[in-house]
This record gives sequence, structure tokens and C-alpha cells, in this order.
Amino acid sequence: MKEVTYYPGCSLHGTAREYDESFRGVASILGINLYELEDWTCCGSTAAHCTDEALAIALPMRNLSLAEKYDREMVIPCVACYSRFKAACEEVKEHPEYLILPYEGKVKIKYALDFLSEEESLKNLLSKGVKPLKNLSVACYYGCLAVRPPKLTEVKNYEYPEHMDRLMELMGAKAVSWSYKTDCCGASLVMTRTDIVTHLTQKILSAAIEAGADCIVTGCTMCHSNLDTRQEDLTSKGEKRKIPVFYFTELMGLYLGHREVKKWLSRHITDPMKLLTEKGLI
Amino acid sequence: MGNQISPEKVSSFLEEVLQESNVNIRACFQCQKCSAGCPVVSAMDIMPHQIIRQIQYGRKDKVLSSRTIWICASCHTCSTRCPNDIDVAKVMDSLRHLSLRYNYKTPEEEIPLFHRVFLENIKSSGRVHELSLIMRYKLKTKDFFKDATLGWEMFRRGKIKIMPAGSYGTKDVKKIFQVYEKGERR
Repeated sequence: MKEVTYYPGCSLHGTAREYDESFRGVASILGINLYELEDWTCCGSTAAHCTDEALAIALPMRNLSLAEKYDREMVIPCVACYSRFKAACEEVKEHPEYLILPYEGKVKIKYALDFLSEEESLKNLLSKGVKPLKNLSVACYYGCLAVRPPKLTEVKNYEYPEHMDRLMELMGAKAVSWSYKTDCCGASLVMTRTDIVTHLTQKILSAAIEAGADCIVTGCTMCHSNLDTRQEDLTSKGEKRKIPVFYFTELMGLYLGHREVKKWLSRHITDPMKLLTEKGLI
Repeated sequence: MGNQISPEKVSSFLEEVLQESNVNIRACFQCQKCSAGCPVVSAMDIMPHQIIRQIQYGRKDKVLSSRTIWICASCHTCSTRCPNDIDVAKVMDSLRHLSLRYNYKTPEEEIPLFHRVFLENIKSSGRVHELSLIMRYKLKTKDFFKDATLGWEMFRRGKIKIMPAGSYGTKDVKKIFQVYEKGERR
């Protein structure tokens, strides 16, 4: 039984609830024990790093100080939180005075997609898979922070990553080639400059449809929210169909035969059930 | 005269940005790769490569009151592709910090406003409660109807928690915000 510290972050307790539920579901089938970090606090997100360096460092580092009590790596599904933690670990070297609690630097931080794409985990996944994702064409959408900045993420093929594609293909899906894997969706501008986000998401959604994908797969809460909820205009702008957007953990749960897949998927705005029924996957 | 570059002005603003960001802005040779790959450049008033140039020219007011520094979505495409390894995204962060510190106004005032409401939300309970965040932001912008239907659809699907779940890390979070508000240890 593998044991890891789990940092969900604020979105996974709210609008990205199905990401939390599916990550927990997949972990339990794969035999990974998740220990949610007690009394965790917000990483500060975009607001902190856009406002002040002290906040951008102190807010995530407080959580790492708490996590250091345990001899476990810390897994983070929200890639925006993950990015803030990785950045803070670098910046605190220049500004150790912003640490609020002592920290020795021992906690290994992993993004959930990287963690579940490790060789050992993939073998485990394959041995437990019950429902191959046959006939499903997926467009793997990594977004920005899963790959950039590469100095922090350590992803080698940051312009055209393939680790999520590989994960999907191992489960029997077909990963399409397309050019928008790491393009930005506009992220937190959705609240303030919704027009920009609508413009960017339309381009991404249309590109995935044009590449022949049945659906989009992502591991970012902001990407998921922006792509899943901004499809109303799509058909009026000439697209023939909408395109469901999954968290990669939801498709893993489907492949592993988790009982609660339907519940997770019922939280989506763009309905994925019709597609999965047509493909005989649900 | 207004556009003339005085050596004192140049060195002081450039030095300030160099110090705040710890990024070697002097290395820029204006290849424009940052602007070519920027996904939000069309909404900016000064393109990213021009921002770097304007810093070198010492045009503090123009840079710190621009739309650009707030429109930047921190996607890091510029930093990743810069042939001279200039972390443009980090420079943008530093420019936002300086702009707030000197109280510059920007036509994109809703973006720093949203950040402020977001931070108040963290300060009050340690975690972000999305519904209070959105309601407080809407109270300030008075734009109650935007995405109201979407909000309802998300609520129906159990994505929106009505009540905040409590307070977390209270003592530490208080201390973190005290350090920030007093500008201590800077």
C-alpha cells in the first residue's frame, strides 16, 4: 500500500468536486492511501503571485511546513496549486525571511498526472483495468502549468507533451494529434475578462473537434471549468456539436470500473453521458 | 521633451525592476518571440517585447499603468521560448507588485480588484470559498447578471457550496497577512 500526503486545494472542495472524487476513487482502486493534509490552507493562487512576493511564498510554504512532519511525498491534483508550490520552493531560496513556519525542504511535491503516469503506477493500472476505452478518440489538453515553466515541471517535451496521451492509449483510447495541447485557456481572467476566455476556449474546442476528437481530457481545474462551461456559443458559431471535457482521473475511473463514475460525470455542464453511451462505455 | 530619455530616469526604473524581479532584462535583443507566442497579446496595449524595451527606457508611468501587466495570464509561453532566457512572466509579476505598491491606476481595474477580493477571502478563513468570493466581487462590480444562469446550473450539479466550511490555519494566515500589509522584511 503506497501512502502519500494529499493536498486538494480550494477548487477540489468546490467547483472541481468531481476531480477530487475521481482522484480519490482511482487512488483507492490502485491501492494508494491518501492522507489529506490537516488544516491545509489556500496556496494563494494567481491573486497572491500577482500581488506580492511575501504572500506568494508564505501561503504555499506554510502547507509544506505542515507536510514535512510526515515522511511522505505530497500529491496535488490542481495544477495551479502545484505550480505555486513549485515556484515558492524556488523563490524561498532567495527570500527565506518569508517563511512563517520552519521548513527544511524535504517534501517531494508531485502533480497527480505525473504521479499516476509513473511506470509502476501504469503497470498497476493495466493489471486492474476492466473496461478498455475502445473507440474513444481523445484530445489531451495539458494547458499551461502542467508543462510550463519546464524548469519547474521538469517536463521534457513541453511544446508537445505526450505523457497524458500515453496514459490514454494504454487504457485503449485513441489520442489524436493536435496543435493546442499546451495553449492557454485564459484561466482566471474568466471572472474579469470573460471575453478573452471565451475567445481562447472557442479556438481550443474547435481545434479538438477539427482533429476528430470525441472529447477533451485535462488535469487542470481552470481549464476544465473554462472548456466545460463555455460551449453555449459554440453551435451558434458554426460548430456542429459540443465536445465533452473529462478530467483524466474520470476516464481512469471508468477504465477501472469504479461504481461512482456516473455521479462524477453528472456534475459536468456539457453532458458526457450521450457520448459514452454511444461508445458502449457506460 | 516628454518623450526624451533622461539617464537618471532610465537607471532608476530599470534598476528597480531588476531588483524586484532578479531577471536580466538587459539581455533582450527584441526578437519579439514573446509577443509572437502570447495568447492574450490582442487585448494588450503594449506588447510584451515592448514592455521590456519601455523598462529599458525608464518609462515607469507608462509601464505601471498599462493594461498589459494585468492582461498577462501568466501562461509562461514567453519565458519558455525566450532565446535569452528572460523570464518575462516573472517580470510581469514584478511590474504588478510595483504598480500596486505605487498605487498606479489601470484601465483594467477589475483584475486587481478581483485579486484583492480573492486575498480577502483567504485572509478571512484560510481557504477560498468560491460563492462568497463571487458574491463579494459582484457586489463591487455591480454586474449581478453575468453568468447567473451558469451559476445556477453549477449549483444544481452540486459544484457550489453555500456555506464556507470553517476557518483554517487561522494564526499562521493572520501572521502572513500582517507581514504583507506592513510591508515588513521587504
